[in-house]
Amino acid sequence: MTPYPAAFDLPVLASMALVAIIPLALAGFVLMNTGLGRTRSAAHSMLGSLAAIAVAALVFCVVGFSWEGVAGGSSHTLTIAGSHWDWLARVPFCLLGLSPGGTRTNLAVLLQVFAVGLAALIPLSAGADRWRLSASCFSTALLAGWTYPLFAHWVWGGGWLAQLGSNYGLGRGFLDAGGAGAIQVVGGLTALSVVWIIGPRRGKFAQDGIAPAIPGHNIVYVLFGALLVLPGWIALNAACAILFAGAPPAQIPLIALNTMLSAAAGCMAAVLITRLRFAKPDASLSANGWMGGLVASSAVGSFVSPMVAIGVGMIAGVLVTFSVELLELRLAVDDPGGAISVHAVAGIWGLLAVGFFVPGQSLAQVVGVATLLGLVLPLTYGLNWLLDRVFPQRTDRDGERLGMDLHELGAGAYPEFMIHNEEFVER
Amino acid sequence: MKLAGMLLLLAGWVIVVSALALFARPGPRDLFVLAGLGVELLGLMLAFRGSARSPREAK
Repeated sequence: MTPYPAAFDLPVLASMALVAIIPLALAGFVLMNTGLGRTRSAAHSMLGSLAAIAVAALVFCVVGFSWEGVAGGSSHTLTIAGSHWDWLARVPFCLLGLSPGGTRTNLAVLLQVFAVGLAALIPLSAGADRWRLSASCFSTALLAGWTYPLFAHWVWGGGWLAQLGSNYGLGRGFLDAGGAGAIQVVGGLTALSVVWIIGPRRGKFAQDGIAPAIPGHNIVYVLFGALLVLPGWIALNAACAILFAGAPPAQIPLIALNTMLSAAAGCMAAVLITRLRFAKPDASLSANGWMGGLVASSAVGSFVSPMVAIGVGMIAGVLVTFSVELLELRLAVDDPGGAISVHAVAGIWGLLAVGFFVPGQSLAQVVGVATLLGLVLPLTYGLNWLLDRVFPQRTDRDGERLGMDLHELGAGAYPEFMIHNEEFVER
Repeated sequence: MKLAGMLLLLAGWVIVVSALALFARPGPRDLFVLAGLGVELLGLMLAFRGSARSPREAK
């Protein structure tokens, strides 16, 4: 079960220091989600985030890691036309196979706990103001126990996507060094599934077809959250590259630089586009552009030069800005935090960009993206649809009218705030 | 319509995986992988169309 050397070495020590910083990404992301939601659901958003991180950690350790495993560990394989396809890990449940002693495997599990927590926060952003707390916990359990480990095994656990290079000569196999696919796109596609199932917030798409903007309640949270995410994201990209892609610790500065530059380019692209289109820069879209750059950097950060990282981040910022509008105004998808655009769209772009800029990688990256869209999306939609049949995920009319704080928690996040009467008028 | 979209997404992925297993030469393999991705994009469009609510439904 432990294919790595048990003794500490430089990559393990470097990864350990980096993994300790990753929770900052979660904290920043939670703050952003809450700020982009409404006042009357702020406490619900914070508690929901905490609960999602907790459920994800527990379920992943009890069940998920046994499906994911580590590269070189035991697994279920299928032989097709003489090639061995590694489909699923075969590791004891409840982390029973882990050995004490600070091995890379233990560190990989710790990193995955944070990674799956981050993936679990993405759908919460999209389902804000109408997704029941208990339902979001069950949905998180499905994500952490099945969807995430399955794809993460294929990419990071020596699965068939990682074997595309050795089996079919497709470059180095599907490359996802920082989790753009395994964390971001899986989370983003789960967010899309959840939004499709629970539907838009009441009053979002009016009878005349106009979708009124429902602005976030605290843009300071959003922008501070975006800043707080940065160190955590740098650590996530670097730790994943060392532990799962075999990058040497000497590469950490380049990964950090590429992450920062990609985020900066994404943010500035969004600032410029919103300035040109609406005469003034839009703060929440600019923060989403920053996040889009970070997500794209998770794919390309380990493999490209800083100038290419800037270009990739800039395109991610442009894509996020237009995708938010396309989803809301043309496709009637109510995603309050822009999670689908930031994580799924920018993540897919980043993964494809690896194919453009790393020689011989293009087909492997296309196969990875096709797997995300063609298998992960139907799988996560199907699981959440089944959950909704058994346990309805959307809150009732009172929940939306009163706000999730009062309805599910019994108290608001800001009890001393004046609540305006029109907030309680039925639309 | 959404179910049809989901089935098309799955069908596209099966085409992609089958292309890897069945074609040894890069030309036809690449073509079929791209065709599979195209089928998936059609499925995605169908799923989005199936989810978009008409103004009357959104009331």
